[in-house]
Amino acid sequence: MCLGIPGELIEFLPGQPDLAKVNVSGVKRVINVGLLSDDPPMPGEWVLIHVGFALSKIDEQEAAAALQFLEGIGQAYEDELAALAESAIE
Amino acid sequence: MRFVDEFRDAQKAHALAAKIAALCEPGRQYKLMEVCGGHTHTIYKHGLEDYLPESITLVHGPGCPVCVIPMGRVDDAMHLASQPDVIMTSFGDMMRVPGSGGSFFDAKAAGTDIRMVYSPLDSLKIARSNPDKQVVFMAIGFETTAPSTAMTILRAAAEGIGNFSVFCNHVTIIPAIKAILDSPDLRLDGFLGPGHVSTVIGCRPYEFIARDYGKPVVVAGFEPLDILQSIYMLMLQLAEGRSVVENQYTRVVPWNGNLVALKAIGETMELRPYFEWRGLGFISHSALRVREKYAAFDAERHFDVPGVRVADPKACQCGEVLKGVLKPWECKVFGTACTPETPIGTCMVSPEGACAAYYNYGRMNRRRVREAEVSTP
Amino acid sequence: MTAGRVGQQPGNAGWVEQALREHEEAERRESEAARARDHSHGELSGATEAAGRRPPAGDREQQVLDRIDRARRRRPRVREERITMAHGAGGKATRTLIEAIFLDAFRNPMLEPLEDAAALQAGASRVALTTDSYVVSPLFFPGGDIGDLAVNGTVNDLSVAGATPLYLSAGFILEEGFPVADLTQITTSMRAAAAAAGVYVVTGDTKVVQKGKADGCYINTAGVGLIERETELGVARARPGDAIIVSGPVGDHGVTIMLARGELDIEADVESDTAPLNGLVAGLLDAAPGVRALRDATRGGVATILNEIATSAEVGVEVSEDDIPVRDEVRGAAELLGIDPMYVACEGRLVAVVDDADTGRALDALRAHPLGEQAAVIGHVTDDSPGVVRLKTAFGGTRIVDLLVGDPLPRIC
Repeated sequence: MCLGIPGELIEFLPGQPDLAKVNVSGVKRVINVGLLSDDPPMPGEWVLIHVGFALSKIDEQEAAAALQFLEGIGQAYEDELAALAESAIE
Repeated sequence: MRFVDEFRDAQKAHALAAKIAALCEPGRQYKLMEVCGGHTHTIYKHGLEDYLPESITLVHGPGCPVCVIPMGRVDDAMHLASQPDVIMTSFGDMMRVPGSGGSFFDAKAAGTDIRMVYSPLDSLKIARSNPDKQVVFMAIGFETTAPSTAMTILRAAAEGIGNFSVFCNHVTIIPAIKAILDSPDLRLDGFLGPGHVSTVIGCRPYEFIARDYGKPVVVAGFEPLDILQSIYMLMLQLAEGRSVVENQYTRVVPWNGNLVALKAIGETMELRPYFEWRGLGFISHSALRVREKYAAFDAERHFDVPGVRVADPKACQCGEVLKGVLKPWECKVFGTACTPETPIGTCMVSPEGACAAYYNYGRMNRRRVREAEVSTP
Repeated sequence: MTAGRVGQQPGNAGWVEQALREHEEAERRESEAARARDHSHGELSGATEAAGRRPPAGDREQQVLDRIDRARRRRPRVREERITMAHGAGGKATRTLIEAIFLDAFRNPMLEPLEDAAALQAGASRVALTTDSYVVSPLFFPGGDIGDLAVNGTVNDLSVAGATPLYLSAGFILEEGFPVADLTQITTSMRAAAAAAGVYVVTGDTKVVQKGKADGCYINTAGVGLIERETELGVARARPGDAIIVSGPVGDHGVTIMLARGELDIEADVESDTAPLNGLVAGLLDAAPGVRALRDATRGGVATILNEIATSAEVGVEVSEDDIPVRDEVRGAAELLGIDPMYVACEGRLVAVVDDADTGRALDALRAHPLGEQAAVIGHVTDDSPGVVRLKTAFGGTRIVDLLVGDPLPRIC
């Protein structure tokens, strides 16, 4: 239900409706981007690939925001640990 | 790998785990259902449970589209495959699912032309290259995969391909979740919503869970940090006494879903009045079939499908595992008569099945592992 | 579960009842035997069931895990009526077939270890003998062809037995209509591979079968080598504390073949890692006397070897995902297909089990050779949970690595 892989759009295939080449970690595959016809992806943008189709665009800002949240929690955790360690030194 | 590796960072996991543990009320047990088989797979594959306190139990849900296919439907598919001049095409997930007389894999060994494909478009390609054969595509999956089948049917229609049809076994997630919520056997505290189904249907369809049943829902991504963060968001809601639908997987899931995908499904398919789910029985308006307008691409109209109902073997407790009532190891035949090599039920043979995930990845005494890790310098 | 009963009257699954009966029988026999043992020792076996008390969940789970462990140790039986592709994949099905049919039929002490080559006494010399068949499709792929595989694969099976590879046989099964130019290309590759490895093809055979069989060309080889070293190698010799080393990135060959088949429309810059390992092995064995076992990581990948170590030596194995070298493109292709590089075939990589004290020397020796530049320690042998292979995931959690039943099937879901 679920195997969706992020891939970067490289180029559209000329003369082939809805077909585009994506790059996944150096591996290239042709996929169908017809499900994104409302807001077609551009080369350089990232999409989520599932059974040969792009299901959704990957919103880089949202991804960055998600990572920032995780970084923030990580940092707070580190700070807490540091504080704990310091306070333990009697 | 971008958008993958960052969400598998172990260091951030420790922080999230601490936050989650801090939100647990002393003495309270929490049961969170992860609906989607993909989540079950990630949880076991990455050993995510090691980060959760003992008071949180992750309950595996029915979101495994292969697991919920009843034996009779598998027999129907086998029947189709064995018709003269038919090339049956199927995703890898289906190949070992046993019907009453064997699986696709066994049939292939006996000479039936069954080919594994990665996409329904591959199936269409085979149809183009084999005009004298009838190519049938075994369509499985929730709303994540239905749009791809729909687009393929539309493409086949546009190109006037006359030897391609779909044996449609797409199912929809909301009726399954509702069946779980209405089941007296379970008391769940919250739900991890299926991330990729939600790219198609959006987040609104889950609102009834929060509003009418008072359970929080967080639509979750599939990397281990996504799942941990989603659990954290659920625990926060529980601690604060809220129950709403939240989206953790914002980088991929649009709140309103994918209109193009929904339109494609609506154009080519319609809801069946009812459909049998393994273990959950008959559920109304829970599965899709090909519309009359595209009858030429409907394997069930094109061929004579026996439609014999096969009761689940008595020993098979897949139903209870799918509902989350039983843990995989609590099934009486788990690991003995039913193994990945000799599966009795779908939960053991599907890569997203809870039993397969537990057997292949999770089969250990976790407490002992934790104790050993603590004692090792 | 029986295969080949396609088309039988649907409506009931009789094979399920049979499978259950067999297991119940086996459990009954085992518990009777256990009771008899306990009785003779004057002990009473655990009476929790008799007392009607339900043990706590953690203990119940452990009981299930123990029951499963017993089931896994039972004598293997081939349940299928027909051979399936799974039997050729190098995983559980292959293992069951080998043990239940071949080992059963041919059983003798030289065959029993089921190593890559058999170690034999021939007069005053110790000789290693191996055989392999090559049925790869397509015949030509990035990085080599069936001829390279045939020579290198055979050389490697001999090398990991601690033998110096000397002579090969090459039997060809050719399909009617196969282009002679292709055959010439294959034999040219074999000549070059043999020269690189320092071996000779000394005998052979040729058969031609009708069009439609043999996929163009199948090659069978046998290889003979001289075991001159004192060291005995074998996975059963692994001991807790030993280091497990892999000689380089895994999964290159299998992914190359999958992509070269052209069914998946995937382009990637991967090529087969087919190579003769005899030089690498000689360097390793010269430098590190504490090498206990060597294995050629082919069908079934590294994961299969780790399981063979755990099962043969009755030890635990713990490896770390972060430490297993995988090329980016191999990883990308594997993610795309939903398969795990640990199970994907290599054709020029070895796995070594080494006494921990010798780890440094072993790594230095491997890394000094072009084929071992990226050699790495991926884990250790432990005494915890014998027979089980555990992986510390990159995420920091723990999971099991079991044998797959057959080929890793690309999954969607």
